[in-house]
Amino acid sequence: MARRDTPEINAGSMADIAFLLLIFFLVTTTMDIDAGISRKLPEKQPENVEPPIIKQRNIFEISINRNDDLLVENEYKKVEDIKQMAIDFIDNGGKVGNPIELFGETEGTECTWCEGAKAEDSSDHPNKAIIAIKTDRSTKYGTYIAVQNQISEAYSFLRDRLAQKEYGRKFSDMVKEDKNNKINPDQSLKDKIKRIKAMYPEIITEQNN
Amino acid sequence: MSKFSKKKKGLPPINTASLPDIVFMLLFFFMVATTMRETAILVKNELPSSTEVKKLSEKRLVSTIYVGAATNTPKNADAPDLIQLNDKIASVKDVRNFIYNERQDIPLAEQSAMTTLIKSDVNSTVGTITDIKKELREINALKVTYATRQKSERK
Repeated sequence: MARRDTPEINAGSMADIAFLLLIFFLVTTTMDIDAGISRKLPEKQPENVEPPIIKQRNIFEISINRNDDLLVENEYKKVEDIKQMAIDFIDNGGKVGNPIELFGETEGTECTWCEGAKAEDSSDHPNKAIIAIKTDRSTKYGTYIAVQNQISEAYSFLRDRLAQKEYGRKFSDMVKEDKNNKINPDQSLKDKIKRIKAMYPEIITEQNN
Repeated sequence: MSKFSKKKKGLPPINTASLPDIVFMLLFFFMVATTMRETAILVKNELPSSTEVKKLSEKRLVSTIYVGAATNTPKNADAPDLIQLNDKIASVKDVRNFIYNERQDIPLAEQSAMTTLIKSDVNSTVGTITDIKKELREINALKVTYATRQKSERK
């Protein structure tokens, strides 16, 4: 049997083909991962429900008008001021709070982890402290998000501080680790996160005129 | 000069045999690391920036609503906010059906984990967003994320 030499295939254009595919994928795909500020909407209430009566000192009021001016606790403020004011308000810890189910409490106790001023005219307890945002229909979305971001920063500052004290690490790092542990969830870490969240729960209400 | 004349004339050709391999490697990287663009955005979409962001990893469970003025409006002009669902401009009333539609593809056990991502332009008004949120409340789609760009520094 005579062996015939197969001619070598010219692979010179292989690179061109690969480049073509590469450029196609570069154009048609995106790399951005969706990220943003997460919020939970309140459940739909049946009509004619009496809203619960809440003491004025437990409400931190932020109003934004149609010109994007801010009124925080009846004072004219800038967006950057909100974070510190919110921290002071949430962390005040003047009196007893609502009982925390997670700790098996039946009666409200004082906030032992708060470092606030314990003022008479500020919030009783982090789980009673309500942040109320009032907006106008024509308020700019950008301003609204900036305010939401300030509030989130305030809460994560307090949670980070508490986690640092209790467990010697930042709350945000704990959450990150928990997210990476999808295959082997660490139950004790989850419990710790739950505990911190119960000690500084995010309570935000919104009203739009 | 005899030293120099000994050298071959001209440069030897560069071996490009490994070029396809390199390009293929790049290609595979992009294929794995990126996702397909699903919709053409018909509204202005300059996202606000914030420092406290949470990433949404499960793309499957996210339904996106775009809000903003029409793309062709001139700068600084006042234009009404439009709502874009999938590839079409829609009204607030359509949000309900849009979410129902998205729910159909998701198994019942995971439906509670579904999130609505509101991608809204910085210059749109809160009123439009409130209308959307009202609709979402009606159909019990309570998890909402406001899409933002991440600002790295914390003030």
